[in-house]
Amino acid sequence: MGIVTYWQDFFHRNGVSVAVFLIVSVGFWIFMMILLPQFFMLDFSIRANVPPPKFGTEEHYYTMEHYKYMIFGSAQATESYNIIDLTVFFRTIFAAIVVTMIDLALCYPIAYYLAHVATGGWSRLMVLSLIVPFWVNEILRAFAFKIIFGSTGVINNTLVAIGILSEPYDFIRNDVALWAGLSYAFILLMIFPIYNAVESLDKNQIEAARDLGSPWWRIHWRIVVPHAKPGISSGCTMVFMLTAGALAAPQILGGPSSLWFTQIIYQGFNQAGNWARGSAYAIVLLITCIIFVLVMMKVFKVKFGEMMR
Amino acid sequence: MSADVRLENVWIRFGDFVAAREVNLHIQEGEFFTILGPSGCGKTTLLRAVSGFLDPSEGDILIGGNNVAGIGPNRRPTALIFQNLALFPLMTIWENITFSMEVKGAGKSERRKRAEELLELIALPGQGEKMVNELSGGQKQRVAIARALCAQPDVLLLDEPLSALDLKLRQHMRTELRAIQQQVGITFIYITHDQGEALTMSDNVAVMREGIVEQVCDGTTLYDHPDTSFVASFVGENNLFKGKVTEISDGVATVDTPEGILRGVVSKNESSAVNVGDTAFLFVRPESFRYGNGADTTNSVTAKVYYQEFEGHFWQVFLDTPTEKRVKMSFVNDGEEPEHNRGDEVSVWFPERVGTVLPEGPLAAE
Repeated sequence: MGIVTYWQDFFHRNGVSVAVFLIVSVGFWIFMMILLPQFFMLDFSIRANVPPPKFGTEEHYYTMEHYKYMIFGSAQATESYNIIDLTVFFRTIFAAIVVTMIDLALCYPIAYYLAHVATGGWSRLMVLSLIVPFWVNEILRAFAFKIIFGSTGVINNTLVAIGILSEPYDFIRNDVALWAGLSYAFILLMIFPIYNAVESLDKNQIEAARDLGSPWWRIHWRIVVPHAKPGISSGCTMVFMLTAGALAAPQILGGPSSLWFTQIIYQGFNQAGNWARGSAYAIVLLITCIIFVLVMMKVFKVKFGEMMR
Repeated sequence: MSADVRLENVWIRFGDFVAAREVNLHIQEGEFFTILGPSGCGKTTLLRAVSGFLDPSEGDILIGGNNVAGIGPNRRPTALIFQNLALFPLMTIWENITFSMEVKGAGKSERRKRAEELLELIALPGQGEKMVNELSGGQKQRVAIARALCAQPDVLLLDEPLSALDLKLRQHMRTELRAIQQQVGITFIYITHDQGEALTMSDNVAVMREGIVEQVCDGTTLYDHPDTSFVASFVGENNLFKGKVTEISDGVATVDTPEGILRGVVSKNESSAVNVGDTAFLFVRPESFRYGNGADTTNSVTAKVYYQEFEGHFWQVFLDTPTEKRVKMSFVNDGEEPEHNRGDEVSVWFPERVGTVLPEGPLAAE
């Protein structure tokens, strides 16, 4: 079908007003919200860092210095690599992977339970109790975690009271609160894609496998997980991307020694006044995450089309 | 190996609802046994109890003499073929068929070999590499059978597996299922609401109504000598005449009905016997009627031809009696025009040996 007939057909099918609305709104979304900001970020990242009045002047020249800085550090530094930033970067990616795995391990059983075990009112109540906490603002939730995990928080008080701990454990300094907060932050984005995928599985297939002698773990391994793979990969992708880019939880729950890569980007923009470097770091994070996800999709043989179901 | 199945005083309750009521069945080793009944009669529940997906509320199930209470479906010597087949769409055909061997840890080459043997049996040789959705309905059906047989069950349970197929294929698969059963020689328990399937394939049939087993016997007995009014009205077509029994002699009851004095055979089964003075049901099959009057003009009914339906191999004639009862009769299409036309006043009769007199009781829903 030619491009002209395609659009004619598009207008014909939807009517002029709806078609125009779709084109304008989707176009606005893609251009203004996605392409334009990313383009400016990219542009900032490959130019010298100058104050706004000098934008477009000769001093605003193109350069790769910010990318170089991320890898090699400043020219005056004693080390040959920018150890601090690179460590934070890889630790952030690694932590995002671990958080994704934790969420997967937590959410798969919950999603399966909701889809195939729980019935009627009980399953609706469970879904509701999963969603309601997310009506609270993300930052408030992070502070709530901070309170719960604090040295006089509920957890420490309980553990000390029943005698498991002799003195309060510093969950914050040891990053326990951070891991818990991050794992919790995007848990719904893991549960619902998996739930949707698992829910569409015919119960008879589970029973058939059981009838043919399969133990429960093999039923999951051979029947449920393959069926839910698109949902699992969709959930993992979202949790990984958002965790790697999370700011509120690390900012609030992070121990004094832990730094998240997004915090460095944030510093670049808001404290160091170096938008160019912040942009370069953000671009590196974005591209690394995209490549990582694509490689994982290749490894697990997931197709984009399947994930969007 | 094959095994017999015994259900002893089995009750299955879901809250207040009773799905099976004091069911006693003995299914012989190597038998093709069918449980026939309308939807909601509890037949699938009974099958699920045999396969182990649910436990009876009361009573025992014995397979090969062993009480299987508390043994899960994955450890029972049964294999179930689901109504929708439940093949695994993400596995190839051979993986589907040999899933039960994979579970037991059999090697790939052994599984491939067994899969090929079974594909031969179901007349799909060399199709093991295909995916489930590349097969037609009948082929999927056969793969489901092969998958169940691969588990080497002592008893194969089939839950209306032919209901999704079209008529021609269904008739073909009946023959094929029967042939496979004879070949492998294991016990088949087949669930259906289709009396055609029940009568054509089975050694014995149990008819169920609202959780109760009404009659267990072979197909011809079931059709010719139903024990209850439900069986008479559910299995095949039947005309019902209701009246008072005025006389019983030599196993023949005379029933005084609004349509006339009619005579039929009483059941040999004691629990279905009628007595003089009882209100009884007299059933006459449509194909038992003939035009004209009987030898001594008993057993005849006068009526008006209301409508004639052409069914291909037979004609179905609907008659209206003066008492406003609709009577169905049918006769074989011999290529001639039907004897009578719409509106004709006719007299029809039936021999008393084909009339069945049973005590008044519940009937199958139309």
